[in-house]
Amino acid sequence: MLEIKDLNVGAEGRTIVRGVTLTLRNGELHLLMGPNGAGKSTLLKAIMGLSPYEIIKGIIIFNGEDVTNLKPYERAKRGLALAHQYPPKLKIRSGYLLKRLANKYGHSNDSLREIRELIKELGLSHLLNRELYRDFSGGEVKKFELLTLIVQKPKVALLDEPDSGIDLDSIRKLAYLISKLVEEGTSVLLVTHTGHIVKYLHKVNKLHVMTYGRLVYSGGVDVLPAILEKGYHEALGMRWDN
Amino acid sequence: MKWREELKEKAKRSLNKRPPYGPDVNLGVFLWDKGGKAYRNLSTLPQPILERAKVTGIDVKEERVGGTYFQLDFDVLRAKLAKDFKRAGVYLMSVEEALTEFEWARNYYWKALPVDTDKYTAITELKGSHGYFIYVPPKVKVSKPLQTCLFIHKDSVAQAIHNIVIVDEGGELNLLTACSALPVKALHIGITEFYVKRNAKLTFTMVHFWSPTLHVRPRAVALVEEGGYFLNYYIHMAPVKSLQTFPTAKLIGEGAQAYLTSILLASKDAYLDVGGGIEFKANNTKGEVISRSVIRDEANVILRGELVGSSTSKGHIDCKGLLLSERARGEAIPILKSSTGLAELTHEAALGKISHEELEYLMSKGFSEDEAISLVVRGFLETGLEKLPPNLRGYADRILDLISKYARG
Repeated sequence: MLEIKDLNVGAEGRTIVRGVTLTLRNGELHLLMGPNGAGKSTLLKAIMGLSPYEIIKGIIIFNGEDVTNLKPYERAKRGLALAHQYPPKLKIRSGYLLKRLANKYGHSNDSLREIRELIKELGLSHLLNRELYRDFSGGEVKKFELLTLIVQKPKVALLDEPDSGIDLDSIRKLAYLISKLVEEGTSVLLVTHTGHIVKYLHKVNKLHVMTYGRLVYSGGVDVLPAILEKGYHEALGMRWDN
Repeated sequence: MKWREELKEKAKRSLNKRPPYGPDVNLGVFLWDKGGKAYRNLSTLPQPILERAKVTGIDVKEERVGGTYFQLDFDVLRAKLAKDFKRAGVYLMSVEEALTEFEWARNYYWKALPVDTDKYTAITELKGSHGYFIYVPPKVKVSKPLQTCLFIHKDSVAQAIHNIVIVDEGGELNLLTACSALPVKALHIGITEFYVKRNAKLTFTMVHFWSPTLHVRPRAVALVEEGGYFLNYYIHMAPVKSLQTFPTAKLIGEGAQAYLTSILLASKDAYLDVGGGIEFKANNTKGEVISRSVIRDEANVILRGELVGSSTSKGHIDCKGLLLSERARGEAIPILKSSTGLAELTHEAALGKISHEELEYLMSKGFSEDEAISLVVRGFLETGLEKLPPNLRGYADRILDLISKYARG
């Protein structure tokens, strides 16, 4: 579904992501972890085509098509979606954006009903008349951002730290929704800083660890307990230099 | 008609009284003539007028409305009310006709808004023509909206009209007003006095679709009695030379409420000075002044809001402007005045542009750059809609869609 080959990403004359190769098949969930500043968010934004990041080298293949040079909205229309880590505050009401997204991505009446239920379940109803992300709590931002992504019905979902700064009950709820997406066939690349969400996910196919812009580990999740206990350096036997 | 002569004398003394806001308009260069012909129904109007009226949402077939008042320049072309409402005692006619027919009508003539308020109110009394008079009797709920259209089609015309709307105790009315003009140099002065009596409800939706060479000076005051509810939803959607208005609601009875919303699109070299004021004169009164302004090209917009609290009351001002060009200018001036510790008055104001981050965020959600801009504009304007009655929401929705289209040029 999503193939990234030898991707190098830069911004403002600096290379941030180096030689990343990764394949995400249908309905797979991959975790992407790594220390602060490793380039995880940059990788996700570059896959989505956002500025100021430019692809210096390598290609992004989505559903068999080279999307490396497409605009973000062209990628989104093809089924690629990003739940932003820090979405900006918008001058429009949250409910209005949801309505426009639902129109854009086409939903049946049943599916609209499910979305309305989900809004209630996530405790977001009171935010619909508020400007998007203005005066939202950290948890509300994460929940709302995942909600917009679900309304997009993506084939590939890029989730940038959906579990940061939120309480355990919310993490459990978001993990359930992410697992549901995967079960329905969406492929997910999930950036997590703490890894707390992992124990609530129904399955994880692969773990990637990134440091200094490179993937230094791509494999099973069995190393995760060791990483959480000892840190990347010791658990993976890495050197802390570039 | 001694009383009328006295009013005219008073008006004469105020002909040079400039209002505190807005550029001055030389009243001497316009025509104040009268005379014209009436049309049997709206669909026989000349095509360019008909088309414009439709854009502003006028139902020319009169299928969804309970009555129509249509004034072209100085002449009343149509003042017609559905039979059911006539039978219920509702009146829809020219103000001059009402003053001739009912002695009591004078109790509402220049009572909410004094004739000597400024030179525009004064000249309207001296040289104006007609305006609509609407009366809803006690407990009568007018189930279909009434529509009024004030249209200018001749060059150099000064259309000065005086409207009076009375909703008597427990009555309800939805009134739509569309004001428009062909591309002519002209002046429109629209005086409106609203009387919302005890437990009555009035929703007033006004759409302005002027032309770039017009000066517009509406003047409006609403007196809202105990338990009364007044909603003023104003949309200004096309270029104008200058517009200055400051509608005011006076909440004089306990529990009265007023909501004044202005949705403005300012383009070309337009100068807009648009405000809204609420005076909280009785206990447990509530009100909001809300404005959303999209400012493009070289337009200049001043957004005013003023709340005056002298009772246990709650009021809020929310003025926001979105500047779409480097040359656009915006100014927000919210004013709160309280003469008692019992009034809870608040305000928020913001002027800004659509940021790169906002656009890129929306693009990441699948909207092209153009779609993202109109989405922000459309979403930005989408305020106060929820307060409109359901049968008017669709109407306002369509107009807002048009505005977002115009906003992009």
